[in-house]
Amino acid sequence: WQNDSVQKKIRSAFDVFDHEQNQTVDVREIGTIIRSLGRFPTEAELHDVIAEIEEEEPAGFIRFEKFLPTMSRILMENKLRPVPEDLLLQAFEVLDQQKKGHLDPEELSRYLTQEGDPFSQEEMEEMLSAALDPEKNLIFYRDFVSMMTADEPW
Amino acid sequence: MGCGSSKPPEHKPKQLQLKKYDRASVSCPAATAMRAALLIQRWYRQYVARLEMRRRCTWNIFQSIEYSGEQDQIKLYNFFGFLMDHFTPASSERNLISHIFRESEVFQDAEWEPYFCYKSIDVPDMYTGPHLTFPLTVNIITELVEAFKHKQHLHARYVLQLLGETWRLLRILPNINEVSTFHSKEITICGDLHGQLEDLLLVFYKNGLPSVETPYVFNGDFVDRGKDSIEILLILFAFQLVYPNDVHLNRGNHEDHIVNLRYGFTKEVLGKYRVHGKKILKLLQKIFSWLPLATVIDQKVLILHGGISDTTDLKLIAKLERNRYVSALRPPKRPQALSSSDGNARFSGGDWDQYSIVGRRRVRSLTHSNPASSRRELQRRSLQNYSTRTGHNVEEELRERRRWAGLSASCERIHDLPSSDSDPDSGEVLETDAEEWKQIVDMLWSDPMSQDGCIPNEVRGGGCYWGPDITEDVLNRHNLRLLIRSHECKQDGYEFCHNRRVLTIFSASNYYEVGSNRGAYIRLGPDLNPHVVQYQASRSTRELTLRQSVGRTERSALRALREQVFAHKSDLTSAYEEFDPEHTGVISMKHWAVATETVLQLGLPWRVLREQLVGDSTQDGIINYNDWFRELALMDPNTELAHTGLLETMYRHHSNLETIFRIIDTDHSGLISFEEFRQTWKLLSSHLKMEISDKAISDLALSIDFNKDGSIDINEFMEAFRLVDCSHAQILISMNGGTSPDPPQPSSPS
Repeated sequence: WQNDSVQKKIRSAFDVFDHEQNQTVDVREIGTIIRSLGRFPTEAELHDVIAEIEEEEPAGFIRFEKFLPTMSRILMENKLRPVPEDLLLQAFEVLDQQKKGHLDPEELSRYLTQEGDPFSQEEMEEMLSAALDPEKNLIFYRDFVSMMTADEPW
Repeated sequence: MGCGSSKPPEHKPKQLQLKKYDRASVSCPAATAMRAALLIQRWYRQYVARLEMRRRCTWNIFQSIEYSGEQDQIKLYNFFGFLMDHFTPASSERNLISHIFRESEVFQDAEWEPYFCYKSIDVPDMYTGPHLTFPLTVNIITELVEAFKHKQHLHARYVLQLLGETWRLLRILPNINEVSTFHSKEITICGDLHGQLEDLLLVFYKNGLPSVETPYVFNGDFVDRGKDSIEILLILFAFQLVYPNDVHLNRGNHEDHIVNLRYGFTKEVLGKYRVHGKKILKLLQKIFSWLPLATVIDQKVLILHGGISDTTDLKLIAKLERNRYVSALRPPKRPQALSSSDGNARFSGGDWDQYSIVGRRRVRSLTHSNPASSRRELQRRSLQNYSTRTGHNVEEELRERRRWAGLSASCERIHDLPSSDSDPDSGEVLETDAEEWKQIVDMLWSDPMSQDGCIPNEVRGGGCYWGPDITEDVLNRHNLRLLIRSHECKQDGYEFCHNRRVLTIFSASNYYEVGSNRGAYIRLGPDLNPHVVQYQASRSTRELTLRQSVGRTERSALRALREQVFAHKSDLTSAYEEFDPEHTGVISMKHWAVATETVLQLGLPWRVLREQLVGDSTQDGIINYNDWFRELALMDPNTELAHTGLLETMYRHHSNLETIFRIIDTDHSGLISFEEFRQTWKLLSSHLKMEISDKAISDLALSIDFNKDGSIDINEFMEAFRLVDCSHAQILISMNGGTSPDPPQPSSPS
């Protein structure tokens, strides 16, 4: 029933990164795999999952047979669940204290590289390249949220 | 919650300071701000992960199609070898292709000069391209580069002159260049360029032209795929002539005339040099074989194109005669001393398996077949004189041997031959040849893998996959610190592996598609710590957001994949029908994935791709494959193609077809006659083990409108297969002698 299709989904996502077709993926890709399955872990939650499925002697890779049960449970129990889109919009609005409808790249950068699970410089730059209106040099976050929350970010 | 402890130190959270804003009026409580930030970060990372998943899928598509093409090439080549052994000398099929097995060094060294002499070629007054005077100077080269930037071609006279000088230089170079970083010089190392002149120019722009102060190593694969391969070669050779101690070229697996037949370099040269192209290509054959195989810096950093294997031995490599290996796909030539008895030459039925792919990774590789058959294989593929091999009786055999006895002592001998051999040492020589050949193939074709060990590289069809333990072993054995290689396209232009002891460097940006990857080069100073510099040709690609770039590359990959699907429609339908015996037209997703992989053999995650590939014809885990094919046909307006088995075959195997055409077209005229076309089909159908009647071929030829002048232009014919978005219509239009199609834009690599 459901379980079978859940397993298949996990298998498919895992396979994309299983470059040598030997049921292992690089541990650094686990975050991507988990997220691509529609989960929204924080960095800490991600580290917890990895700690759970790592090898006894951490070897830089994760085996499918360890990944599958953990990931199945996460999906079945709806853990690491998606953040509702309206909350995402609210988060931006919270930062936009003056309710301007937009944010300065500097202020947003400050928040995102210093608070929470800070972005790296590279992540910040990448986000800005997608979020920034180049003419006005502002982030119109409503549009950005729409883009991020679209089903498939084409 | 809170900041992950694994973050790099520079991102320690600081106290929130809002310098620009008055805290009192804009108070965003710290806790709220933190929660908001966390939320945004979680979302953004999820968004990026989804993009990354798509990007990775796209990458896999391109890569598997690319490697499948390489595998195809080697299979085709193996098939020719088989033909050579099993068709009688009189057979016309064999005659068509035997010349590629013939001694390519047609002339003794003393004789080649007149043949390749540039002096008899005049440069007409109306030639507006660059002029070269020898000896070359930096100024001349700079002008040459400028001219190439402006899309000019160098006149054939100068090309031949330059190549002649290059050949003279290369033959005095050792197999392994030894370079030093004394005087605090930093050395720049570039990877694959693949005819992408823009990338080479970008490197020169960022890093400086080659000079005494700016030494370079170019790590192979200068040609094929891109459209300016010859220009890149000329620039690199020119710089090497002016700075022979500071510019070093390593041979890549594409510096090989047999590979060039398929991947575009041959075609490029013949297109740009209609009169002298053949001569240029022949001279380049020699030059490629004389390219050094590796470069070592400060005796600590090894640079070569592909990789290593568990048997890599630099001492052996340093000693071998590299110019004997004109093509890495072919063992070196030896005078044919002996024939085998017929028993050995004949294939058992089981051997045919070699030529069919059963599983994706089960193609026989060049170097790792079982020992017995590899001997046979070497014997099969060596040389000119095949008449000794088939239908011989003892007397003829003896006569043959006596004839060859006069030649050099290094006669080939096959270990498992029952007949005795007069030269007791020749067994050893064969061993050495096979060993040397393996060293070279491994160097040019191997890829690293993350597991320990060394296994045949069956995805490419040549060389090995080698693991971190092999890296340790080989580097330690030779007292080396680092291996720099190329050969594989990397998204960031470079990649470390094996505990940072192996560094892949790839210098052709946007290789699969605009925005698909960056290019990179390495700067290496006396401390021998590699410093990587990345770039991406074309300003517009740099301005693409991640999402746009992924989307674009993805569309291109999906297009390529749809083409593959369409080309295999009949086989796919049969495979689906096995799961759908009542021909309801629907199958489960699971069966669809299994059947599709069985037919296409690309090793792709079909379930993940299903949504984009199949789209509307699917719901609730069920796929209506007939609807799907109809949809695909709608995208490509020509449904008639689907019903014409022969056209579908042609479409599917167009790369093989082109390769065969080019081989058959011995005078490189670009034209083949109807008869040659017919022979091509017979060859291809043998290779594919298909039945094609002469009538079917005639009908096909008629529909391509051969009647006009009895010959067909290969380029025009093949252009019909450069599909972009519509295209099947183009094939039929051009085949029906209608208005010729607009030149299609370059599509995904074929």
